[in-house]
Amino acid sequence: MNLILAMLIILIIAALMVVFSSRLLLAAISLAATSIMLTLLMFKLNSPIAAVFELSICAGLITVIFITTISFVKPVAQEDLIETRNKRIKKYAALPIILIIVGVVISYVIKPLVLALPAIVQEKNVANVLWNLRQVDLLGQAIILLVGVFGIVVLFKEGQKK
Amino acid sequence: MSTANVEILKLFIPFVILLLIIGFYYILATRNLVRILLGVEIITKAALLSIIVVGYVTDNMPLAQSLAIIMIIIEVFVIAVAAGIIIQIYKVTGSVDARNIRNLRG
Repeated sequence: MNLILAMLIILIIAALMVVFSSRLLLAAISLAATSIMLTLLMFKLNSPIAAVFELSICAGLITVIFITTISFVKPVAQEDLIETRNKRIKKYAALPIILIIVGVVISYVIKPLVLALPAIVQEKNVANVLWNLRQVDLLGQAIILLVGVFGIVVLFKEGQKK
Repeated sequence: MSTANVEILKLFIPFVILLLIIGFYYILATRNLVRILLGVEIITKAALLSIIVVGYVTDNMPLAQSLAIIMIIIEVFVIAVAAGIIIQIYKVTGSVDARNIRNLRG
């Protein structure tokens, strides 16, 4: 329980690092750190397959996509960086206060609550659930995959013509 | 649902809500399009964590894992297309500021 609590706190700290880092590259790497902590939590909660997906795709592929995007856009000059850093501290100063207040309030509110969730399907094999029970989801996923591929092709086709 | 599982659920729920708040605040406060995308990612992480935790406490891990896998793959495509759009916006307007794309042309 204590280990899970420590992991959750590190997860929140990594997410806060994404918000507070003034450099985009650092923010993207902090997001990868958030993904890695989420992966460890998933392993702890008996879901190794989803954890592997999270580690390879969210911590790997998405970080690569973000770093590529950041390398395409214009880097900030050093003088601007100091100015934007001061502005950022002002802009996000309210966030830790909000988080502490909300966290304390929720943890007090949730203690006396009686939580009950129904168990729906008791199938023990992940592949069975994915391929037999969630076929509609897979269909939707395939359509979104196609839309994504077409979207990327159309977006970058314009650039080639010029 | 056993008592230990209820305790785990009660441990996770505040952190999931905190992650959601961080993501929403980030999206609302920033003007940089890349940072808005990072905020979307943080919100997705909160949703993923909640799916996995609820699967664990209801002893229904396979369903939760398959939902998480589907969500992760869709997330990648959302991010890839959004990143492509941001690069194109940068080519047209010369910046990634969200205020610059308020004015419609043509």
